Amino acid sequence: MTDQTVLSYLDENLLPFFFCPGCGHGMITEQLNAALVKLQLDPHKVVIVTDIGCSGLADKYFTTNAFHGLHGRSVTYATGIKLANPELKVIVLMGDGGCGIGGHHLINAARRNIGVTVIVFNNFNYGMTGGEHSVTTPMGGLTSSTPFGQLEKTMDICQTVAVNSASFTARTTSFEKSLPDMLAAAIQNEGFSLVDIWELCTAYYVPNNRFNKSMLLSSLDQLGFKTGILQHTPRAEYTQAYRESVALQAGKPAMPAHPIQARYRSDLDKRMGMVIAGAAGKKINSAASLFCRAAVLSNLWVSQRNDYPVTVKSGHSVSEVILSPEQIGYTGITKPEVLLLLFKEGLPAVKSQLDMMDEQGIVYANSELLPIHTRARVVPLGFKKSDTWAAKKEYWVIIALARLLLDTNFFPLDAFKEAVSGRAEFADNNLRAIEFALRLSA
Amino acid sequence: MRELMTGAQAIVRGAIDAGCDFFAGYPITPATDILLYMLHELPKVSGTAIQAEDEIASMGFCIGAAMTGKRVLTATSGPGISLYSENIGLAIMGEVPMVIVDVQRMGPATGGATTVGQGDIQFLRWGTSGGYPVVVLSPTNAPDCYNLTCRAFDLAERFRIPVFLATDKEIALTLVTVEEDELIRFPVRKRQVVSQENEFIPYKTSPTNQVPLFSPFGGSHLLRFTTSTHDEYGQLTKNPAKVRLLNERLASKVEDSIDEISLVKSDLVDGADILIISYGVTSLAVAEAVQIARQAGKRVSCLAVQTLWPVPEKEIRAALHGVRKVIVPELNLGQYRLEVERLVRDGVEVLGVNRVDGELISPQEILHQGGLL
Repeated sequence: MTDQTVLSYLDENLLPFFFCPGCGHGMITEQLNAALVKLQLDPHKVVIVTDIGCSGLADKYFTTNAFHGLHGRSVTYATGIKLANPELKVIVLMGDGGCGIGGHHLINAARRNIGVTVIVFNNFNYGMTGGEHSVTTPMGGLTSSTPFGQLEKTMDICQTVAVNSASFTARTTSFEKSLPDMLAAAIQNEGFSLVDIWELCTAYYVPNNRFNKSMLLSSLDQLGFKTGILQHTPRAEYTQAYRESVALQAGKPAMPAHPIQARYRSDLDKRMGMVIAGAAGKKINSAASLFCRAAVLSNLWVSQRNDYPVTVKSGHSVSEVILSPEQIGYTGITKPEVLLLLFKEGLPAVKSQLDMMDEQGIVYANSELLPIHTRARVVPLGFKKSDTWAAKKEYWVIIALARLLLDTNFFPLDAFKEAVSGRAEFADNNLRAIEFALRLSA
Repeated sequence: MRELMTGAQAIVRGAIDAGCDFFAGYPITPATDILLYMLHELPKVSGTAIQAEDEIASMGFCIGAAMTGKRVLTATSGPGISLYSENIGLAIMGEVPMVIVDVQRMGPATGGATTVGQGDIQFLRWGTSGGYPVVVLSPTNAPDCYNLTCRAFDLAERFRIPVFLATDKEIALTLVTVEEDELIRFPVRKRQVVSQENEFIPYKTSPTNQVPLFSPFGGSHLLRFTTSTHDEYGQLTKNPAKVRLLNERLASKVEDSIDEISLVKSDLVDGADILIISYGVTSLAVAEAVQIARQAGKRVSCLAVQTLWPVPEKEIRAALHGVRKVIVPELNLGQYRLEVERLVRDGVEVLGVNRVDGELISPQEILHQGGLL
């Protein structure tokens, strides 16, 4: 930080500006310099962000930090810089072209109220690529890509961000004497600010339309676009709001390890591939995870892969679980040793696996879904006989898994009881489901 | 001691242990878990995580944050990589350290959101204009997700480049047992910075270090960042000599350090006449197939490529020694096979085992189609 007064934030060695004679860009750049001189910001704490177009040539003149990126994305780079280091003053210089291609970012930066200042060099066309039309080209305007006149309506950049709650918006022209004050006010606003500055493109828009300053001013009138500070409604700036909202999280352990101490023993001497075929919303995946946890508690290695359609609350839900006394590599199951068929939605998803199973395999099937085509031994599960409580379908998977353990003793049922009791809010019902399985098998 | 975790959890834990303190992403199956974990976990280490308005903004946020000195991560899937593309080029040109996770799903286009695929392998390498090199690491299992995430941060910081972690739906979302000592906390080197006293020229390099020293936005020097062709000072230039120096350096800073970047897991046997080359989830089936083939008396070697790009040619050539047939199983129509084909001697058969139906390649398919039974 310098203690001396900064007289200019422009690099005198690079002057005069490289813009076309009469172009508004040089005027705006000078006025921004005047605003910075007024504010006396530490140049090290200022980042000027630009993108593509003639406005993107402006950052090089400033003796501050600078970021020059891709067309229309300057607001996103600015947002990242501000999010990462909120003490910085981040100023975006962009053209009307950038407002078009990056309009989505403008809208969201306004909604988010991220503390960046956007200065729009608005000259109604793409000056760098040959004078094509932009989102702000006046209707009827002649450009290289609207040879018969612009048919699309002029975008009101200020209103666009204003209806999305920008905390500061202003519109003016490059000819406005008080522009440095307006820019300084925009930069001083803590939240999202946008200043839309109308100006002349002397390379294209002016000659193509015999356009001039007075026509620029009358265009504003014809469109009913007001000038001056249009909106100034301070509200919580995003990085401050974020820091407040996460303040209580600081210092908590991030991604802590959850080691599982094996307390039980399993006599399983070979790999077991199990498939649980059910329906969405019936706790198939979560019960399978608890089953896996119980297996690890019993010193086994496990894998669990889930299959489900993109609509997570409808259709099938299938979990494939492998239990093994040894480390597991490949996690696919072509021919399962055990298949639990609980809901009809799961049937089509496991049909080929049912076909692959032979007499050595066991299928525990909801008796309502019988008969099924398989060579495996089928054990019917009569959920219908259940008492009113166990008729709750989301416990069927726990009941079936407990029944499997009772029959096969892959690992002790006590390990499963411990695993299902991990979360207090579910423990009672899960344990009741296991008790019910005991009664069912008796 | 053992734990249960998914590849996504391992990636997040690896990122946090690697000092990651900024994340921006956009929801996409099957990468969303990483976004959600980062939103929960990063505030605990005083980091920042945010859901951006789209993938383009996610990359923009990450790039801006990286240039303030943050260690940044983002995660997406194939359709998101398409949208990342322009900013991947920016990260290469501006020399932005960042780690990008691609949890591959089946393509093309929206493809199969909850279905596995390995179809982005050439896309990650060539998916941005200019064709300059990136580093792509591919983990073979959950512990590898942790380990390679740490490596990815190290390489990103060291070379100031985007580094990809190419994983897939199966590895990212399958829950597996992990032995704690399989997680190796690889130390992440710090980006080399310019001291306060020294002059800072943003893109100046030295004969001994092709990577420019760094000074962050908000630091003691002024930083001029640009992704247009530029001179050492970050000023736009079309001077052919300067442009050539820049562009050649962007390639050579990676390619000259290939030995430092190359990672493979090789399981080679003397006298093997068959070699199976794989990466990612397919390597798990390969390991099992090799075990079965060896029990049947076959002499088979296998190589799991963890650094897909730049291609670890030295390691692949060494594994090819004496081999008559190479099998390359992939969940695409043979993308990495192209890289293997250009490395084999005349007369060596290169055989693909490929699936693009959303199912995994099984050990049995490799054995049968590879003629190993």
